[in-house]
Amino acid sequence: MAASDYPLEYPSHRHAEFSLSETLYECVTTVDHKRLGLMYIVAALIFMVIGGIMASVIRLQLAVPDAHVVSPETFNRLFTMHGTTMVFLLGMPILAGFANYLVPLMIGARDMAFPRLNAFGFWAFLFGGLLLYSSYIGGGGLSGAGSAPDVGWFAYSPLTERAFSRGASTDFWILAIMLTGVGSISSAINVIATIASMRCPGMTLIKMPLFVWMMLVVSWMIILALPPLSACQIMLLLDRFLGAHAFDTQAGGSAVLWQHYFWIFGHPEVYILVFPAFAVMSEIIPVFSRKPIFGRQAMVGAAVAIGFISMSVWAHHMFAVGMTSTANMFFVAATMLIAVPTGIKIFNWLATMWGGKLRFATPMLFCCAFLFQFLVAGLTGVMLGVAPFDWQLHDSYFVVGHFHFVLIGGIIFALFGGMYYWFPKASGKMMSETLGKWHFWLFCVGFNMTFIPMHFLGFLGMPRRIYTYAPGRGWDLLNMVASIGVIFQIAGIACFIWNVIQSLRSGEPAGDDPWDGWTLEWTTSSPPPEYNFEKLPVVRSSRPLWDLKHPQDPDWKFE
Amino acid sequence: MLALAQAALLQTGVPALAEHRIANIFRPLATPADSEYKLALFVLSITGAIFVIVGGLLLYAMIRFRRKPGDDARQEPPQVYGSNQIEVAWTVIPILIVFILLGVTVRMIGAIQDAQPGPSALRATIVGHQWWWEIHYPDLGITTANEFHVPVADASGHATFMKLESMDVIHSFWVPQLSGKTDLIPNRDNALWFDPREPGVYLGNCAEYCGQQHANMLLRVIVHREGDFEKWAAAQSKPAEDDPAVSQGKAMFESLSCVSCHTVRGTSAKGDVGPDLTHLMSRETIGSGVLPNTPKNLRDWVKDPQAIKPGCLMPSMRLNGQELDQVVAYLESLK
Amino acid sequence: MATSTLVPASPENLEREWKLPDRGMIGIGFLIITESSLFSIFIVSYLYYIGKNLSGPYPKDVLDIPIVATVCLLSSSLTMIMAERALKRNQLGRFKLWWTVTILLGAEFLISTGVEWHHLIYIDHLTIATNLFGTTFYSLVGLHASHVIVGMTFLLLVLILTLSGFPIQTQERRVAFLSWYWHFVDAVWVVVFSVVYLIGR
Repeated sequence: MAASDYPLEYPSHRHAEFSLSETLYECVTTVDHKRLGLMYIVAALIFMVIGGIMASVIRLQLAVPDAHVVSPETFNRLFTMHGTTMVFLLGMPILAGFANYLVPLMIGARDMAFPRLNAFGFWAFLFGGLLLYSSYIGGGGLSGAGSAPDVGWFAYSPLTERAFSRGASTDFWILAIMLTGVGSISSAINVIATIASMRCPGMTLIKMPLFVWMMLVVSWMIILALPPLSACQIMLLLDRFLGAHAFDTQAGGSAVLWQHYFWIFGHPEVYILVFPAFAVMSEIIPVFSRKPIFGRQAMVGAAVAIGFISMSVWAHHMFAVGMTSTANMFFVAATMLIAVPTGIKIFNWLATMWGGKLRFATPMLFCCAFLFQFLVAGLTGVMLGVAPFDWQLHDSYFVVGHFHFVLIGGIIFALFGGMYYWFPKASGKMMSETLGKWHFWLFCVGFNMTFIPMHFLGFLGMPRRIYTYAPGRGWDLLNMVASIGVIFQIAGIACFIWNVIQSLRSGEPAGDDPWDGWTLEWTTSSPPPEYNFEKLPVVRSSRPLWDLKHPQDPDWKFE
Repeated sequence: MLALAQAALLQTGVPALAEHRIANIFRPLATPADSEYKLALFVLSITGAIFVIVGGLLLYAMIRFRRKPGDDARQEPPQVYGSNQIEVAWTVIPILIVFILLGVTVRMIGAIQDAQPGPSALRATIVGHQWWWEIHYPDLGITTANEFHVPVADASGHATFMKLESMDVIHSFWVPQLSGKTDLIPNRDNALWFDPREPGVYLGNCAEYCGQQHANMLLRVIVHREGDFEKWAAAQSKPAEDDPAVSQGKAMFESLSCVSCHTVRGTSAKGDVGPDLTHLMSRETIGSGVLPNTPKNLRDWVKDPQAIKPGCLMPSMRLNGQELDQVVAYLESLK
Repeated sequence: MATSTLVPASPENLEREWKLPDRGMIGIGFLIITESSLFSIFIVSYLYYIGKNLSGPYPKDVLDIPIVATVCLLSSSLTMIMAERALKRNQLGRFKLWWTVTILLGAEFLISTGVEWHHLIYIDHLTIATNLFGTTFYSLVGLHASHVIVGMTFLLLVLILTLSGFPIQTQERRVAFLSWYWHFVDAVWVVVFSVVYLIGR
């Protein structure tokens, strides 16, 4: 796209009074990155609620020993679907949603490089999700043996081979996730092409907002790490349908090979999930501290380092598999190493806040909670990286506590912050600060109440993925507390949903730049017109809006 | 539970052992668990210190630098872009911490994983099944199930070294107070060892999701006092007693398809799909730890295992009351 | 894109000198990278399972080096370069000729593969379900062949469009991207060939 005037005849404002059928038609046919971005986010949040309901049932079953809330089969399907939903139908699409909405705006472009590919990616995700859930109806297969998949979200072989997973439930898992994977890869290619080819004049790579940098690194990781998942899934399909032996131990095949392939995908995947949180943090903390991000280059370098190193740590998920001591040592070393750039990021956010003028609006509250919770998550991760300690903690509730601290305490909190931050831009209305604070505190209390005890359950020997447990093993009280925390989380989410609905209806008008931000998305109207910018901007620093607001000491004099 | 344990063990003429119901990894009672515990304390102290320092700084920053009411919103604080020295400092210090952790960890990995059995070590092979544990003592010619008897270790040795195998899917052997876990993987030989220092009954679980009844694939490791393990082994290596009082039950057991899955040494029952029942009554629990081994529970189990452990691979034999009584009476004779 | 010391970095200069890579090039480039990642897993499986078969047939018993097919496929890259050159010089007749030859060479490769598989399945009794070799062979070679089929589909599309009068010279860029894909498929064959027919035997 050339950086010249765009002679468009579009109205500069879209009035929100569409009929339902018009809106649906728009959604089905749109290729506009903003609309698709919002569709991604809304769909992801709906899946989050569904996954959350599943988690609530799980916690209800585990609140007391020997409970009979659900049968073992149902429980096993619940934790499988919960994990699969949250990773593939919440984490990945919400990242795509944020990237697709914000990247063009932040780099001064009018849309993504491939708008139709963008739409394809969304529909691939949505249909993948619907396919997964249709397993509840169709998973019985000819032998009527299944329903939704019940093999765990990482579907270890040989449990997933035909002999041990009859019916079609595992096939639904495979096909649905392959489809969403195709969508993710398309989205990643689109993001990279957009960032490479459509930055506005003056925006060299180093001057891009950190949000865009994180999305660039994430897209690289998706390109490299998603195919191993598709590959092992194709192999599993061949095993299940054509009698192949890719993971068939009876024919001399290796069950552990699936684990290697899965985690070669799976470990980068969790960094893929967390990078958007880093992206959001790197935008919100500076604006609400009224200072530029401390150490931009270091942040970029750390992100790239994390991206690289994350490809080499995968077998720390496999310390109990019986690898040689040399192999174990290597993976311990790599895992320890990745803690260093991750820590650097936390220190840089801290340093950004240091000496600033902190404004604790709702977005900032969520980001502050992220800092503490992600710190805990990172440290428990280091504990798990120490293989002998992991030999005790692997596959116990300690791990469940650890990764929920990463996923919820880190990612979801940061993304809530991002939603509160950019909602005014996308809708033109401010969200209620009061409801926002209720949401924050309820959710924060509930989250910690549920997941802190899990670390101790791990110390006391409680394994993962058990549908019930005997009394008197020291697990009773901790499980009860964890389950009570769910109530607070539900209340917090309810506040959020109510906040969104209320604000869309009658929120305060936001204006172009409600938070006094510094990146390009705040230079256009709220919501932005379909063509994003009347005239494509030309920038000279990483904070173009700061330069405009402070002509006496613009950033480009100091960067 | 304790009373039943006492009763079961009294069958073999051995006084009851304390049951360690709380499997706390911070109360290790064998060398691997102890090494892991010491490493855990070391790691926890480092990560704890990091949490206190960084968390403290975060908290301090959030309080000290918050915008005060009356602050002029136009006045921006000094725009600091970064500092190379600080970046280097907080890169180098974590790298040093990483090296320290790595050094300690690497030594321990070798020490635990590459340990070799001494001459007095007990060898056992554990085979994982959906959802029970098959246990062989190749040197003693004993096969049993679900409850793993081992001698207490002492200065002269008597550690237990296990080979871990699986007949179907991946399982994992985890008795936290004795050692970390290792997976049982089909078509792969894994190894695990421990040297329990205190007699007692230790609880553990299968720790790798293996299907419907993963939750009920429980482990009991019974660590015998000095000399008692040999008594137990001697009793176990005898074939089943033939008690004429339960001959009807025995006939029924042998004519029904029980024998196609179960082994009772000294009879025609030689199935290897289900647990070895030769000395069933010497066990404290049935169904791989699901229920205490009482006459009533045994009867309920044989009547309908699916009601107790739904999805397990033992079908209900659909016996009527009288047949059930006879078969259970026979089973109760397998001391 | 550093600011030059000779010319002050005024907005007008930035606008004029701002050149970014072609997005189509990035798109096809990253598609190739992602496909490479996909292939590498199948190659790892193939290498890992060499020698681990519990029963035959074994590679050295049944595999014949497909020289003709390989020569055809690799030459098709050369003929494609000729076709592109012709297109650049607006020599549509030459372009159609070289493009058709490329397609024919690709078709020969596919037919050879089909004949080889027919022999393996019906004469040597090697299927994907026979043993580890069967599994890894058919999945790796099959994955490659499926990529050839996709490439052929697009090659045919271009040919059909050109023959029915579409001004293909306006799509030179896209034809170039397609050629990259085709060269990638050929490069993958070099690796697959080496792993299966050279190392694995």
